[in-house]
Amino acid sequence: MAEATFLDANELVINMGPQHPATHGVLRVKLKLDGERVLGTECIIGYLHRGVEKIAENRTYAQFTPYVDRMDYCAAVTNGMGYVEAVEKLLGVEIPPRAQYTRMILAELQRIASHLIWLGTHALDIGAMTPVFYTFREREEVLKIFEEYCGARLTTHAFRIGGLQYDLYDGFERDVVKFCDYFLPKIDEYEQLLTKNRIWINRTRNIGVLSGEDAIALGVTGPVLRGSGVKWDIRKAQPYEAYDKVEFDIPIGEHGDTYDRYIVRMAEMRQSVRIIRQCVERLGPGPIFGKVGKVIKPPVGEVYHSIEAPKGELGYYVVSDGTVNPYRVRVRPPSLINLQALDKMAHGHLIADIVAIIGTIDIVLGEVDR
Amino acid sequence: MLESTFNFVIANPLLLALIKILIIFAVLSGIVAYLVYMERKVLAFMQARLGPMRVGPWGLLQPVADGLKLLLKEDIIPAGADEWLFLMAPAISIFAAFTVFAAIPFAGNFYVTDINIGLLFILAVSSLGIYGIILGGWSSNSHYPLLGALRSSAQLVSYEVAGGMALVGVLLFSNSLSMVDIVNRQLSMGVWYVFLQPVAFLIYVIAAVAETNRNPFDLPEAESELTAGFHTEYSGFRFALYFMAEYTNMVVVSCIAVTLFLGGWLRPFASYSALDFLKFTPILAFLGAGGFVLWLGLKSSVALERHFFMVLAAGFVALAILVAYPPVLIAIQGIFWFGAKVLAFLYAFIWYRATFPRYRYDQLMNIGWRWMIPLALANVIVTAVGRYLWLSHHAATAVAWLGR
Repeated sequence: MAEATFLDANELVINMGPQHPATHGVLRVKLKLDGERVLGTECIIGYLHRGVEKIAENRTYAQFTPYVDRMDYCAAVTNGMGYVEAVEKLLGVEIPPRAQYTRMILAELQRIASHLIWLGTHALDIGAMTPVFYTFREREEVLKIFEEYCGARLTTHAFRIGGLQYDLYDGFERDVVKFCDYFLPKIDEYEQLLTKNRIWINRTRNIGVLSGEDAIALGVTGPVLRGSGVKWDIRKAQPYEAYDKVEFDIPIGEHGDTYDRYIVRMAEMRQSVRIIRQCVERLGPGPIFGKVGKVIKPPVGEVYHSIEAPKGELGYYVVSDGTVNPYRVRVRPPSLINLQALDKMAHGHLIADIVAIIGTIDIVLGEVDR
Repeated sequence: MLESTFNFVIANPLLLALIKILIIFAVLSGIVAYLVYMERKVLAFMQARLGPMRVGPWGLLQPVADGLKLLLKEDIIPAGADEWLFLMAPAISIFAAFTVFAAIPFAGNFYVTDINIGLLFILAVSSLGIYGIILGGWSSNSHYPLLGALRSSAQLVSYEVAGGMALVGVLLFSNSLSMVDIVNRQLSMGVWYVFLQPVAFLIYVIAAVAETNRNPFDLPEAESELTAGFHTEYSGFRFALYFMAEYTNMVVVSCIAVTLFLGGWLRPFASYSALDFLKFTPILAFLGAGGFVLWLGLKSSVALERHFFMVLAAGFVALAILVAYPPVLIAIQGIFWFGAKVLAFLYAFIWYRATFPRYRYDQLMNIGWRWMIPLALANVIVTAVGRYLWLSHHAATAVAWLGR
C-alpha cells in the first residue's frame, strides 16, 4: 500500500498568518479545513506583545499617555482619551467644556478615520481593490487636521490628563466643517461601489452570523454587537465627556451578518459627522485645562472607565497606590474580546469567508496583543 | 539582391511562416509587457493615484525594469517539490498561451496559418494551459498552491464548457471553423455576430474573464485568501512566465472575442461603402496620440522628459503622415481595427478589476453550472431552431419560385 500522505486525511490544517495579507497584522489563525470548508479555527496571538500594561507600572501617569496610542494605532486619539479620562476619574477632576468638545470632535474624527481603514481593508480582502484608495484619500484629510492640531498624524498623543495641552489652532472649526461637508458625499460614493453591488451582497449576506444573545455572551461590543441588533453604545449608556448633550442615533443591524455590520459602520460615520457638527457649534471660548497639579498623584484607589472606541468598548482599569506611578493598569481592548467571536462566526463557512469575517470584526493586532 | 532574397522567402513558405512567427512573438512579448504597464496606469487613474512614474518618463521603462529584476532573481525550488514538474509547469502555461496566436488572423492577409479547424485548434491549445497551473500548484508540495490549483482546475474546466457553448452559436452562422472565414462571413453577411448573438457574446465575455483568472473571478490567485494561489512558491523568471502567461491569455481571449463577435479586422460597417471615410481613422488616432503626448510633455517640468515627449509626439505625427500615404493606409486598415478592438477589450478587463469584489468559490461554481451553461445551451438551441426555420423558409420560397 502506498504511504499515507496528508491528502488521505479529510482534515487539512493550515496556518493563516502570522504573515498573511488578510490577517491585518500578525494574527495567526490555525484553520481546520475539509476541502475549503472550515471545521474550526484557533487564534494564536501575541506576536506583537510589547508588555504595555507592565510598562505602565514604571512610568508616571503622564508619561504613560503616549504608550496607549500605540495599542490601537488606527485610533490613537480615542485610546488616549480613554486613558486620560480614567485617570481624571481617579483624580476626581472636572475638565472645562471647551476641552470636552474638542476631545469629542477629535475622537469622532478618529472614529471616521478608523472606520475608513476598516472599510478599505475589508473591501480589499473581499477583492474590491478600489475603495481602499478612496478611503485613504479621505482619511488623509482627517490626519491633516490632527497634524495641524498636535503635530502628529498617527500616534497623536492629543490629550493631557486634565484637558488639552494645546488650544485649538486658528481655523480649526473651519477645517472641521469643511471636512464634514466634503466627507458626506464621499460616503455615498463608497456605498455606490458596494452597498447594492450583487457580488458584495453575495459575499457578505449571511456570512459570519452572530445572534444578539451570542454576542452578549461573548462580551462582544461596538459595531459588531450593534450589527447583531443590540442597541448598546457607551456614548449613550454611560455618557462621558459631553455625549449626553449631543443628539445622535445608534444604528443597529437585524441579522447580525457581515453585511449588517457593514451597514452599521457606514451609518456610524454619518452619525459621527452629525456629532462633530454639533460640537463645533458649541465650541465656545474658555479654559482648556482643569485643576490638575504639576505632579499627578491620585489618592489610593481604583477605577474602571470605558469609552466607545471605534472598535467597541475600550476600558481602562487603573489602580493607584498613592505614588506617582500607577500600581496596575489593565486595558480591556475591544479587538481582543471581539476576536473571540471568530470561531463562532466562522464555523461551517469557506476559507474565503474567513477573511471577510476577520475583516468585519475589525481588529488591530497592536491592541489584541498590547 | 533584395529581390532575390524576397523571391527566396516567397518560394519557401516555411521560412515565411517562421518570419511571421518571429514578428508576432516579438511584438506580442512587448505588448504583454506594456499591457502590465497599461493595467497599472489605468487602475491608478481609476483609484486617484499615478501608478509607475519613476522609471523613465511617466514610468514608461517600468516593464523593462521589472523584467530585468525578475531575470536576476534567484530561481528557488522548494525542498519538497517535484523538481521536474515544478520546472516544467510555467513553460507549459506560456507555451500554450503563445501557440494559440498561430491561428489568429490579425488582418485579412496577416496570420501565421489559416487552418480549417482554427477555432478548434485555439480552444484545444488554450485549454492545455491549465496543465501548467495544476502541475505548478501540485508540484510545489505546499498547501496554498495546492488549494489554488484545485480551485483553478475546477474553475477553468467549468467555464470552458460555458464559453465553448457560447461559441457554437457563432459557428451556426459562420458554417466554418476557420478564423479567417468567420470574419469574411461577417463581412458578407454585413453584420457583426455580436448583434446576432448578444447572449453568446455576454456568456463568452464572462467565461473569458473566468478563464483568465481575472477579477471578479480571480479565485485561484486570490491574494487575500490564498496568498498567491498556485504560484506562491515560484520566484524569479518562472514566476514571470506565469505572469506573462496570464496576460497573454488576456490577449488571446480578447482576440478570439474580437474575431468571432466583433468582426475581427473589419472596420465598423465594413459592408457600407457610404461610411468609407472611416478608413481615415488611423490618421486621426495617431495625430490624437501625438497631441496627447505633446500635452503631457508641455505639462512636464523636467527638461529631459519634455524633450522625450516632444520626440515621441513628433514620431506619432510622422506615423500619421506615413499612414496618410494611400497604399500604407490600405495596408494597415486590418491590423489597426483589430488592434483597436482588442485594446478596448483589454481596457474592459482592467476596468472590471477596479470595480468588482471577488466571488466566492462556491458562488462562482453556481454561476457557471446553474446559469451560464444552461443559458449557453438554450442559446444554441434557440439559434439552431431559428436558423433552420429561416433557412428552410427561404429554401421553400426558392423552391416555390423555381417550380412556378
